[in-house]
Amino acid sequence: MTKIGLEIHCQLTKLESKLFCPCKADYRGFEPNTNICPICVGLPGSLPRLNQKALEKAALISLALKCNIPGKISFFRKNYFYPDLPKNYQITQFDAYGPTSMGNNGIINIEGKEIRIRRIQLEEDPGRLIYEGSSEKTQITLVDYNRAGTPLVEIVTEPDFESPKQVRVFLNILVDLLENLGVSDPVLEGAIRADGNVSIKGGNKVEIKNVSSFHDLEKAVHFEITRQQSLADRNIPIELETRQWDDRRKITVSARSKEEEQDYRYFLEGDIPWVILDPKYVQNLQKEMPESISSKKDRYIKQYQIPMQVAEVLSSDKYYSDLFEQSYNDKNAKEIANIITTDLMGFVDTKEKRVQSKLSSRHLSELAAAIISNKITRNSAKTALQEIVQTGKSLSEIISELDLGQVFDESAILGVIDEVINEEVNAVNEIKEKPETVNFLVGKVMKKTKGKADPSITLQLLKSKLGI
Amino acid sequence: MSLAISAIKYVNEIKNGNLTAEEFISKTFERIKKIDDNLHAYLSLNDNAIEQARQIDKRIKAKENVGVCLGMPISIKDNICVKETKTTCGSKVLENFVAPYDATVITKLKAEDAIIIGKTNLDEFAMGLTTEFSAYGPSKNPWNAEYVPGGSSGGSAVSVSAQECIASLGSDTGGSVRNPASFCSIVGFKPTYGLVSRFGLISYSNSIEQIGPMTRTVEDNAFLLNIISGLDPNDNTTIDNKNVDYLSNIDAGVEGKKIGIISEMTKGIDKDVSSATNDAVSQFEKLGAKIDEISLEMVEYSVASYYTITATEAGSNLARYDNLRYGFDFDLEGYEFNSYITKARKNFGPEVTRRMILGGFVPSAGHAGKYFLKALKVKNKLTTEINEVFKKVDLLIAPTVPILPFKLGEKVDDPVALFLVDINTVTANLTGKPSISVPFQITNGLPIGIQILGKPMEDKLVLQAAHALEKTTNLPEVPI
Repeated sequence: MTKIGLEIHCQLTKLESKLFCPCKADYRGFEPNTNICPICVGLPGSLPRLNQKALEKAALISLALKCNIPGKISFFRKNYFYPDLPKNYQITQFDAYGPTSMGNNGIINIEGKEIRIRRIQLEEDPGRLIYEGSSEKTQITLVDYNRAGTPLVEIVTEPDFESPKQVRVFLNILVDLLENLGVSDPVLEGAIRADGNVSIKGGNKVEIKNVSSFHDLEKAVHFEITRQQSLADRNIPIELETRQWDDRRKITVSARSKEEEQDYRYFLEGDIPWVILDPKYVQNLQKEMPESISSKKDRYIKQYQIPMQVAEVLSSDKYYSDLFEQSYNDKNAKEIANIITTDLMGFVDTKEKRVQSKLSSRHLSELAAAIISNKITRNSAKTALQEIVQTGKSLSEIISELDLGQVFDESAILGVIDEVINEEVNAVNEIKEKPETVNFLVGKVMKKTKGKADPSITLQLLKSKLGI
Repeated sequence: MSLAISAIKYVNEIKNGNLTAEEFISKTFERIKKIDDNLHAYLSLNDNAIEQARQIDKRIKAKENVGVCLGMPISIKDNICVKETKTTCGSKVLENFVAPYDATVITKLKAEDAIIIGKTNLDEFAMGLTTEFSAYGPSKNPWNAEYVPGGSSGGSAVSVSAQECIASLGSDTGGSVRNPASFCSIVGFKPTYGLVSRFGLISYSNSIEQIGPMTRTVEDNAFLLNIISGLDPNDNTTIDNKNVDYLSNIDAGVEGKKIGIISEMTKGIDKDVSSATNDAVSQFEKLGAKIDEISLEMVEYSVASYYTITATEAGSNLARYDNLRYGFDFDLEGYEFNSYITKARKNFGPEVTRRMILGGFVPSAGHAGKYFLKALKVKNKLTTEINEVFKKVDLLIAPTVPILPFKLGEKVDDPVALFLVDINTVTANLTGKPSISVPFQITNGLPIGIQILGKPMEDKLVLQAAHALEKTTNLPEVPI
């Protein structure tokens, strides 16, 4: 039997400041070593100042994953030498005296399977090493401490996964959940990272490190299962070890033995006193919890009769669900859900496009209203939407600029149909033998009306006119 | 004009116009120039001190608001950060470290118009009790320059004792304020853990150390504690003391107070120290205190526990000195990270190296149970024990150091013998209690101090008792 466990690191990118100092939590876009201060580079005499907001976010994650939150928590020092670690120890959490990390014993459901969460802990991210060329051959390694001290939540699962596919499904659900909680922005590079461990047939556990994407993690886990199975088939013992994912060759390779023997000499961080988490504190957080994805989904389906698949897409992406929540009312909900999940998705499929998009929730309500009141066809609405995303202009402006208004009513459509029948004699003659030719005629009508005729009405009218 | 005046007297003299800050500081510098080549209290001096004094005098003259220190020269142990000033920790590793910020205590002193006159010598990273482990050479005891001044805040004690400043700030991890205070015949106080911010104090063993005032009188000590104590957002371990005024009611006396003598700290010690302790006991009795002998069985293991815990924390606190972000000139070429830091760390002196090696070992997997975790157990048991005792008594007393000051070089090669000198002081650190050393006697020209411990946050009572004991003494001026 295959057992897979995960360690997920989630940066709390939505926070203003780092875990122990006032520097920016989102270090991206700074010149190297400019988002730093005496605390996060560990200058002599500096002391950590615990960011209370980070505690809150870590507690939120714990609650969302149905973890127990202990009455008091503590911080520990994990001692090891590495150039990206300014103090040469990391302030993290550790359950040396019973559970004193932020959360423990949680659970998350994926496709009917329960994955147990062992522990959730709050810790600081180290800085970053930048190699000149490849890391194996480089002569020069540069250190950027901008990231050092960024608040990080580590989520450790029990080895409850049985296949790489389950790992992928879990990670997708988890990422949506973290985004929905408003704690992290998964699109930011390195914001959510995962390592895995694999064992087969109750044998030794192998840790896989250095995996840069979820896609690669799935591959690495798959490779590791295959590797272990082939060893087992030949009766070669599987060693308890840490293996590095080789991104280029797409295989795992044994890490240097030094790393396995690492002794972190954990002990209590005396600079941060125990934090008492009053039951009231946790209750209040529970009240402030954003609505969960599944609850949103159910609400969309039940209250607005939005089809299940649409509701699923809408609820699991915070960007879409936020837009929806801000623009819907009882009348237009279905239409707005439709616009978002059929048309908008194509225009804002990357982080950059989302950031650049000029679309507001007001635009969406206007657009839905225009469709419902027949001021504009769905076709034209799509054209208008694209223009809105790019320019942010008002719908009325766009309708007049692009001449999208004046939907053709039945009699107007009939007039155009007569023109088309006159012009397309050959097609009309073929229609008895090849009924699908009617679509060609619909296209002609649409062209003449610049898409402002309703295609389904046009089709009906054409059919009755031609007696098919 | 005498330089041997208390902080309180200095303030009065300035207020009465009998003295100017510039005059006083200039005289102080003259004295430093004359005697410090020999005593070596200072590692560096503030070149702007006289100009700063001049500015303060101007403001006093113009009747502007001036802080309560009125230009008083205060020396600072060189493990406390003073902005734009070298903060070496007595180590080659930090010989070029210029602190980019002020420690909270320095910010507070500056706000009260104290003048930081210079940075004082210490055992490297505050590890030691003689200053002989300073990378820049030892300080000498002004009572007899052949003797050690105590440590690790030896430079601070010397500077106050030899009138090279009015007062000083030291740090006390296992007696580093009280031990040199005792050896140099000044008052040294380690406050309740958390009473004074450690922000800007370069950590050695952060869970038990405190910054403390070193002064000529107990009143001066309370005066400084008023300035430096209190909650600090930069140090999560600080406690709100509700702005207690430690100076008011300082002469409340000890009548009716119950005082325990700690027998484990008074048995088998130097006979002169023992007889001084007995004298102190009878003085307290005369003052109306009720004295009882009490026992703290865990004291026997306290030094072992102390060195295990401090080595563990030091191993972690000093790990950052890998010479990557700041430090000394060192060729980067040809080293992989691990061998680079190994080489960089060769710049640590012998005592720091010893404790770093210990610190790598005692908490390590497979050994923690036998050493580090056991040490924590002793710490907890000792705390429980002393808390029980404090249910019965208000204060505890013992000699600060069980022996008289010894000669330079006498114990430097015997680390275990040196460790044991700490036996009477580490208990206050391990249990977080306030503890003061009061100069009590001079025997054959060598000072003896008496230690008074109190309950947490009862620092004021400790100062009152110390003041009462101080008033019973009549000690000679330092012979230098």
